[in-house]
Amino acid sequence: MSNLAPSAALAPALPVSASSGAAIELVGVNKWYGDFHVLRDIDLTVNRGERIVICGPSGSGKSTMIRCINRLEEHQQGSIVVDGIELTNDLKRIDEIRREVGMCFQHFNLFPHLTILENLTLAPIWVRKMPKKEADELAMHFLAKVKIPEQAHKYPGQLSGGQQQRVAIARALCMKPKIMLFDEPTSALDPEMVKEVLETMVSLAEEGMTMLCVTHEMGFARQVANRVIFMDAGQIIEMNEPEAFFSNPQHERTRLFLSQILGH
Amino acid sequence: MNDFTTWDVFRNLLAAVPWTIYLSLIAFAGGAAVSLLLLCLRFAFPRAAGTPVRLYVQLFQGTPLLMQLFLVYFGLALMGVQTTPLFAASLCLSVYSSAYLTETWYGCVLAVPKGQWEASSSLGLKHWQQMLLIVLPQALRLSVPPTVGLMVQIVKNTSLASIVGFVELTRASQIIANATFEPFLAYGAVAFIYFVICFSISLCGRHLEKRIRI
Repeated sequence: MSNLAPSAALAPALPVSASSGAAIELVGVNKWYGDFHVLRDIDLTVNRGERIVICGPSGSGKSTMIRCINRLEEHQQGSIVVDGIELTNDLKRIDEIRREVGMCFQHFNLFPHLTILENLTLAPIWVRKMPKKEADELAMHFLAKVKIPEQAHKYPGQLSGGQQQRVAIARALCMKPKIMLFDEPTSALDPEMVKEVLETMVSLAEEGMTMLCVTHEMGFARQVANRVIFMDAGQIIEMNEPEAFFSNPQHERTRLFLSQILGH
Repeated sequence: MNDFTTWDVFRNLLAAVPWTIYLSLIAFAGGAAVSLLLLCLRFAFPRAAGTPVRLYVQLFQGTPLLMQLFLVYFGLALMGVQTTPLFAASLCLSVYSSAYLTETWYGCVLAVPKGQWEASSSLGLKHWQQMLLIVLPQALRLSVPPTVGLMVQIVKNTSLASIVGFVELTRASQIIANATFEPFLAYGAVAFIYFVICFSISLCGRHLEKRIRI
């Protein structure tokens, strides 16, 4: 568990900015892999500016759920509305949603044949049709923000895991997304690099980014989450504010899970 | 009767080297062109083109090049179509190498990790942009070692063109062996020349691999 400096601005959790409508709305979402029922009747509304942490044992469907939001996975039943756009098989809508939703992966997935700068400018240039010069400036701005502007002309393979994940965050931010999805962003990192990535995420949270984060970093959850969700066997078992979630879990399975991950 | 020096043997063999190289180049260029076309079809229409392309690959990988040469050279003649040994050899070697190149390059594209597709999808890139900007450049790097290996195979396989009377290295060595009654010298020399050509290709390949390594 990482030890983040408590941030006054975020303790215990920022009130959710009450601007118009939900950022993400999942209603009765079901998904199967063949016979295996991965997501069961998922209902979840994420408000704008809200930060949600999702935890649960492996295979519980938490990654699958957030990957459905930008259609890396297809759901078979129910509806998913992102930023007012309902996800269907319509490729135009999928592209539209993906432009507004940034994502960070467990294994970073940087493009190894491109420099850090090119990794960052690729989508702004090709998707947003931004002139190269402008895209370069934007990229340098976000590289400075994740505190590695000096690495701009290196290749991903020359960076440490923590630096690569920060580049991945910057790459997503270059698209100016309204929503950020994090799929276990620190699970593949050496312990001493977890902190630098979490700090980047905390500062993103402080700016009011809508965030959905699959993680087992409970310190992070306490510090920035508005709500913590516990999933098991494809269902949302429990959802609560972090204080209540950790001090007074309602379900036996949540208690068991928390005792396992907090117990050491 | 004439006496042949070792130099005479080598000189006459070397005169045939350009034909082996031309034939190899034609086979590689033809094979590459056909397999690029097949790959485009396979990626653009995975359902409609997948099976026919697989069948094509299996058919030409699963039959000996020698039989293909016989069928084309003598078969076409039987049907009344006049062919030259060069045409028959070029055609067969191109088709044969296209089968191997198609399978190899297809594998290289599939070998690019799934995460690269996912990351570029999540950034909103369209399918052709992902292919062109992310996947193909990485597949190209992966493809260098197996492609160099195939080029070496192609060079050695051009020796089969001797069977339909095309005078490249192997055919030249047969002629020289018959004339000099020194088969060991002639065939030994020709093996050495093949080795020099193939080894040079491997060296170039290794150099290229180093240069594009990330």
